[in-house]
Amino acid sequence: MQEQSIFGEEHVIQDERQLNTLNLGPTHPSTHGVFQNVLQMDGEIIVSSEPTIGYIHRAFEKLAERRPYYQVTPITDRLNYCSSPINNIGWHMTVEKLLQVETTKRVDYMRVIIMELARIADHLVCNMVLGVDSGALTGFTYMFQERERIYDMYEELCGARLTTNIGRIGGFERDFTTGFRKKLEEFLAGFPKRFDEFDRLLTRNRIFMDRIKGVGPISAERAVSYSFAGPNLRAAGVDYDVRVMNPYSSYQDFDFMVPIGTAGDTFDRFAVRQSEIRESLKIINQAYSNLPEGNFFADCPEFYLPKKQDVYNSMEALIWHFKIVMGEVDMPPGEIYHAVEGANGELGYYLISDGGRQPYRLHFRRPCFIYYQAYAEMIKGQMLSDAIMTMSSMNVIAGELDA
Amino acid sequence: MVEAPDGIEGQGFFATSLDTVIGMARANSLWPLPFATSCCGIEFMATMGSNYDLARFGAERMSFSPRQADLLMVMGTIAKKMGPILRQVYEQMAEPKWVIAVGACASSGGIFDTYSVLQGIDKIIPVDVYVPGCPPRPEQIIDGVMRIQDLARSESLRRRSSEEYKQLLASYNIE
Amino acid sequence: MALSNEFLLEKLQNQFGEAILGSQQVRDYLNVEVDASKMADIAKFLRSDAELNFMYLTDLCGVHMPEQTGKELGVVYHFHNLEENYRFRLKAWLPIQDPSIETVSNIWDGANWMERETFDFFGIIFKNHPNLKRILNVDHMEMFPLRKEFPLEDTTREDKDDRFFGR
Repeated sequence: MQEQSIFGEEHVIQDERQLNTLNLGPTHPSTHGVFQNVLQMDGEIIVSSEPTIGYIHRAFEKLAERRPYYQVTPITDRLNYCSSPINNIGWHMTVEKLLQVETTKRVDYMRVIIMELARIADHLVCNMVLGVDSGALTGFTYMFQERERIYDMYEELCGARLTTNIGRIGGFERDFTTGFRKKLEEFLAGFPKRFDEFDRLLTRNRIFMDRIKGVGPISAERAVSYSFAGPNLRAAGVDYDVRVMNPYSSYQDFDFMVPIGTAGDTFDRFAVRQSEIRESLKIINQAYSNLPEGNFFADCPEFYLPKKQDVYNSMEALIWHFKIVMGEVDMPPGEIYHAVEGANGELGYYLISDGGRQPYRLHFRRPCFIYYQAYAEMIKGQMLSDAIMTMSSMNVIAGELDA
Repeated sequence: MVEAPDGIEGQGFFATSLDTVIGMARANSLWPLPFATSCCGIEFMATMGSNYDLARFGAERMSFSPRQADLLMVMGTIAKKMGPILRQVYEQMAEPKWVIAVGACASSGGIFDTYSVLQGIDKIIPVDVYVPGCPPRPEQIIDGVMRIQDLARSESLRRRSSEEYKQLLASYNIE
Repeated sequence: MALSNEFLLEKLQNQFGEAILGSQQVRDYLNVEVDASKMADIAKFLRSDAELNFMYLTDLCGVHMPEQTGKELGVVYHFHNLEENYRFRLKAWLPIQDPSIETVSNIWDGANWMERETFDFFGIIFKNHPNLKRILNVDHMEMFPLRKEFPLEDTTREDKDDRFFGR
């Protein structure tokens, strides 16, 4: 018999069996973030689900309309907080596009190194937590040490570990210090071996593969229709990477592969992320060994904070410093959409400027928000533990989901 | 290793006051409930990791069920939509319970002075320790847990049924 | 034939005539402004036409420009043809008294939540949307927060001292 349920869908109740309602509530273990799913279950199999999000809605877009351009950077940090340098640098590139500022090659290569480190950090977290969700806690303990090493490197450059607020409009605040170089070289030398250990622990592990092979699949057509992006889309078989299609920050100079999956299931997503970590290492090696000489900032004194020695000695630098910090610089009006390849996919910034000191409208195209819609379809007909694994493998970060 | 409290020692016995022993036991075996919503949650994961091990302080077993937890660690921004859920989790915990607000967003709303963010969790539940920072370093989170340990160690056994505590709960409309 | 701005404009104008209100090259994107009432047909055409074939809806968001009377609220679509690597922007303006436009979530599934978010923030009604309710804010909220007249802070607070906030 067909029944109209409160979810607006029809549930076919067969053989007098009743469906269970289970609340996979906003607080659930495996610290992924806060989103709620009310599942209708037939025993252990999921029949339908209704997600509710917004439990961490912090009104970024409204907040950005109230802040001058530099003060928007800390907000972008908190979008995908596992890889915050990518968000910061993406925002700075958007503003540079608006101001038509050209950055030097050195800035581009430095940005690439930082962004790829952030991508490694984010993929590590996703895969570690995928292991933890299936009970494999060892990988977490070992690989978090690598994340700590990456945090040390961020701290050398910008002072913060997690929400980095790194860089400036036009470049960086300081060049790579000797401490940073030493840490980066140690990281590049030691990480591949340790990462191989982690890989051996999980990738061909019988139990792990049984847990994740064939779980939460999505086909390439459905993924494109749902506007998936990033590793989730590439696992489904679609070759779309913003770094390759619309290269920014000199990505076209580097030689790297984009790993593609076939089945779009959890195992493919896991394997794509593992391969992407290796590719990122390749890119960092290339960028670091070919780091060009030059300035670590672009030549745009109206938007790039001058050096402190100049501020104390030269009148012009003092005036620029004052204007930039108070946000009284003349911004040109315009409309820009710029996308970077975040750890989760195409992170887009749509900026409308009306010439004032604050953005008139800033919209973040957040990949997590867009692909989480497909979650209900991906877990239909799967069991509850598979639903948990699917959610972990999609790398849903609550900050990016709700903004 | 925890130091023994003051007391009278002898062959096969140790005499001290009940408060001290129970305080020592509670302080060194706090079971936290990590209520991690956003970025501070990732710093908590770092605190749990091997570099800044929180398990040294007795917090080895993270309980995600409020019924079995002592310490509610609220990490991250609490939006108004999330408020009732936080309240429900707090009410489900059994006495004695402590609350630590980790991060600027949990303490006071942080940088998000907006219409959708609760400006501090002390608007809905009583808080014992506030750890500022955005996000606080793992050492700061550990310091916050150590302050909770001090509170647990020195708390009187009658505090939870005292008049003052009942008035505190009544001011938050908690039964 | 490779997609380019002229080719796209020509095809759209041939098919829809006056529904295409204007176009402008803004930096590296072509902005096409269309009549909101024809959005359903335009969207279907963009998706199903063999030469255009815009299979990827990059973004859907709203804008509020209170100075443009009669066209205060706008919906901005960013489309991307993955095979040809061509992107463009489409805008549809709506009056604030009756902001309703046809949904595109039956053509691109990704538009479902994007339209809910636009409804939540601006109050734009998407006709025939399967589940148009608030997504990010609390369900009982009455105002549409991202409209310009709505304040950022919570107005019901009593504990903020105006002396320290310059008011």
